[in-house]
Amino acid sequence: MDEVVKVGMADLKAIAGSGILTTLGLGSCVGIALYDRTTKVAGLAHIMLPSSKHIRNNHNKAKFADTAVGQLLEIMMDMKARKEYITAKIAGGAQMFSFKEKASELLNIGERNVLATIETLKQHNIPVIAQDTGGNYGRTIELNANNGLLLVKTIGHGIKTL
Amino acid sequence: MHFSFDELSGLHLDVLKEIGTIGAGNAATSLSKLLVKRIDMNVPEVKISEFNMIESILGSGDTLVAGVYLQFEGEIKGNVLFILDTKSAKNLASLLLGTKQDNESKDEFYAGFSELEASALEEIGNILISSYLNAISSFTGLSIKPSVPYFACDMLGAILSVPLIQYGQTSDKVLFVETDFEIGHDKMKSHFIVMPDIKSFSIILKSLGVI
Repeated sequence: MDEVVKVGMADLKAIAGSGILTTLGLGSCVGIALYDRTTKVAGLAHIMLPSSKHIRNNHNKAKFADTAVGQLLEIMMDMKARKEYITAKIAGGAQMFSFKEKASELLNIGERNVLATIETLKQHNIPVIAQDTGGNYGRTIELNANNGLLLVKTIGHGIKTL
Repeated sequence: MHFSFDELSGLHLDVLKEIGTIGAGNAATSLSKLLVKRIDMNVPEVKISEFNMIESILGSGDTLVAGVYLQFEGEIKGNVLFILDTKSAKNLASLLLGTKQDNESKDEFYAGFSELEASALEEIGNILISSYLNAISSFTGLSIKPSVPYFACDMLGAILSVPLIQYGQTSDKVLFVETDFEIGHDKMKSHFIVMPDIKSFSIILKSLGVI
C-alpha cells in the first residue's frame, strides 16, 4: 500500500520515488501537481488566491498561485528533481455557488486562480500537460509519485485520470 | 484599528461565544416554529484554526454535505454556512414541503436535490441565518444586512473554500463560531458556522464595551 500524504488548504508538499500526494475537496482553489518522471519527484500545492501582490499578509507562499509554484519547485529541486523535466497538471477552480447578485469580488475567483496558475507556470517554463478545471463541483485529487498520474474524483461528475 | 487573532483574550472569546448563544437561540426558536418540531442545540464553540487544519475540525474535506451559504454586510461583515449531511438535508426539505421522508437509504446516499428541495433548503437556511443575525444586530446595535442564500451539495472542503478564500486575503487563520442543531426526534444533525471578517471583531467587541 502506498503511503498517502495529505496536503491541506494553502499548503504544499513534495515526495519522491513512491507514495501518493492528495488534497481533499478542492472547490474554487486550484491543485497544482508537478512531476519529474526522470527522478520521480512529485509535488502538490493547494492554492487559494491568484496573487500575493496587494495583500498585506502574504508570508504563507503556499496560499497564492504566483508564489506557491516557485516554492514548490525549490523544494522539489532540493530533492534532486530536474527542472527541465518537470511537467504540471492542474485541477480545481470551480465556482461552487452561482451568485445571482451584484458582481461579488468572489465572482470567478476559481477562474482567476486557474489563469494565474497557468501564467505562473509559463513564467517558470513548466508545461501544463493536463487540466481539469472549472464547473460548479468539488474535486479530490491524488498524485501518484510512482508514475505521475493524477486521479481526479468528483461526486456525481465521474472519476478521471490525467 | 488592526486586530489579529493572537490579541483575542479569553474574555473576548467568551463574549463571542455569548453572542453566538444569543444568535443560535433565536435561530432555533424560528426554525422550531416553522417546522413545528423540537430543536436542540449545543453551546456554541469558538474555534480558531489554520486553513490547512480546518477540515480536520469540521470533518474530512471530501465528505459529501449539503450547505446553504450567505454573506452579510453592514456595520459588520462575514460569511455564514449551514451544513447538513445529505440525508438530514433530504428529510428537512421533505418536512417543509410535506413530502414523504426517506428513512430507507444510508447516510452516504446521493441522488442529488430537486430544484424544489434546493429552494426549500435555501429558505430554511435563510430563516435560520436571518434570525441568528437579527438577534446579534439587536444585541449589539449594529446593522447587519444578509445576502440571498445559495444552496450547494458537494464535498465539504469545496464548499468551505468559498468563505475561506475571502479570509485568505487578510489572514492565515480563520475564527468561527460553531453551533450544532438537532432537529426533531429524527436526529437530523447540522452545523451552523459563522465567520465574521477580521475587522468585524473589534467592531463587535467595541459595541459591547469590551475593548
